[in-house]
Amino acid sequence: MRDNSHLHARAIQMGFLGVALGAWFFIGRNGWVSPLFLPPIEAVGQSFIGLLQTGLFWSAVRITLTTILQAYGIAIVLGISAGYLVTRSRFLTQVLEPIISGLFAIPITLFLPLFILLFGIGTGSKIAYGAAYGFFPIALNSIAGLSAVDRRFLNAAKSMGLSPFGTFRHVLFPAAFPAILTGLRIGFFICFASVLGGETISSAAGVGRNIALAAELMEPARMFAWIIFVIATALVLNALVSRVENRMRGV
Amino acid sequence: MNVAPISKAALAETIGAISVRNVTQLYGEPGSQQAVLALDNVSLDIKRGEFLTLLGPSGCGKSTLLNIIGGLALPTEGSVSVHGAMVHRPSPDKIAFVFQESTLFPWYTVAENFGIAFKYRGLARSEWRDRTMAALKSVGMAEFIDHYPGQLSIGMRQRVNLARGIAAGTEILLMDEPFAALDEQSRMVLGEDLSSLLAEAGKTIVFVTHSLAEAVFLSDRIVLMTARPGRIKSIIEVREPHPRSPGFMLEPRFGELRNACYASLRDEIRQAMAIAEGKSEAAL
Repeated sequence: MRDNSHLHARAIQMGFLGVALGAWFFIGRNGWVSPLFLPPIEAVGQSFIGLLQTGLFWSAVRITLTTILQAYGIAIVLGISAGYLVTRSRFLTQVLEPIISGLFAIPITLFLPLFILLFGIGTGSKIAYGAAYGFFPIALNSIAGLSAVDRRFLNAAKSMGLSPFGTFRHVLFPAAFPAILTGLRIGFFICFASVLGGETISSAAGVGRNIALAAELMEPARMFAWIIFVIATALVLNALVSRVENRMRGV
Repeated sequence: MNVAPISKAALAETIGAISVRNVTQLYGEPGSQQAVLALDNVSLDIKRGEFLTLLGPSGCGKSTLLNIIGGLALPTEGSVSVHGAMVHRPSPDKIAFVFQESTLFPWYTVAENFGIAFKYRGLARSEWRDRTMAALKSVGMAEFIDHYPGQLSIGMRQRVNLARGIAAGTEILLMDEPFAALDEQSRMVLGEDLSSLLAEAGKTIVFVTHSLAEAVFLSDRIVLMTARPGRIKSIIEVREPHPRSPGFMLEPRFGELRNACYASLRDEIRQAMAIAEGKSEAAL
């Protein structure tokens, strides 16, 4: 029953994709839109094959993915640590939680030039930028989860003589895990978007840099080839993250 | 010169298990309007192997006193010593807690839950499984060792919770309304089990409840407490050996003791209700 509706949903999703690609094909074929804004699908395809044949493609992808992972790793460690420290007292949570959520409202993109000044045009500034953005949802969700842990569990832990680290490992973290996982998921996609955005705005290498470069060189087919690649990567990562998340939640 | 062992044993006998000395607990700033005097100059001696129940109206500070004995909270004034040593913090090697309903961690299996208690008591990992099994057997839950708490009913969870307290193997067990979430029948059955478990183990137990029947059925002594601020009003002794059979509940003596507890608590409960009403009026 459930499987059936699942297949149904999948079929509709595939249908949408097919319609979109078909529309793209017809628009290109009939020249309804200037190829500068939307190059024909065949041209994009050829361009993509061309990209794959250069060594540049994989080195750009490697740089971008490494940057994302580094930024995400830093965001996780700092975000969960901040969540833990902030929730050590009710008062501290009351003071700091609104500050952190307020800071999250600021477009951190404004600080990208500062990050470039501090960490250079290389991957360092993009790591800092992605980590700074990814930090907030992870910290905020950790605060929400860790401050809502049932006092009875903490009392039980205390009575059994658990150390602060033991309490975190055996009680706080597992109890807050569903909320933390939500933060990790949002944080991941924010890191992904920030690193690519940062690369597009200003960098020396990476996928984002190549997209910006193709646009500057008036090569829309190549630019779209990169964009399609990023979209496909995002979809694959999303499916991967969903799967990992479902496994962790025990669904 | 082999006087030492004898005097040591004699000393242990005279020291007793738990000694509460002039304990006062004040919540909030002294002198402020919100300050609540939860316990007022409470002193109590609990013998080794004794089953002592704290009985009183809600908010009389029973649980507060239990937490202070176990080192989970520090009193504003006064002190508590266990086996002659002052209590400043939890001592899982001497004292185990069994809390209200289930404080089993839902993210761990029954065996893993026991493992955490053992780990921080410093027991060798090789002993864990056997100890867990033995404790679960004593409450008839052995087959659920690898289940998650969420897969068990409330009654089963509470049995497991009880077993976790016993499995730690401490001399002292502090129980905070452990059967409160259960229905009357399960409560009585678990009470019987507890009574026979204790007869074998010879543990010292401090038990908090607001059930009169439970108090009389299980206790050697019942400490009746006054409404806020909590003081000891009177102490009733129940002279009946453990394990106690359900037949004890049918004896006239059981009813008399129960009535004596009720008579003593009645005024306190009325007063506690008056305090609560006064509060809601003030809130209006």
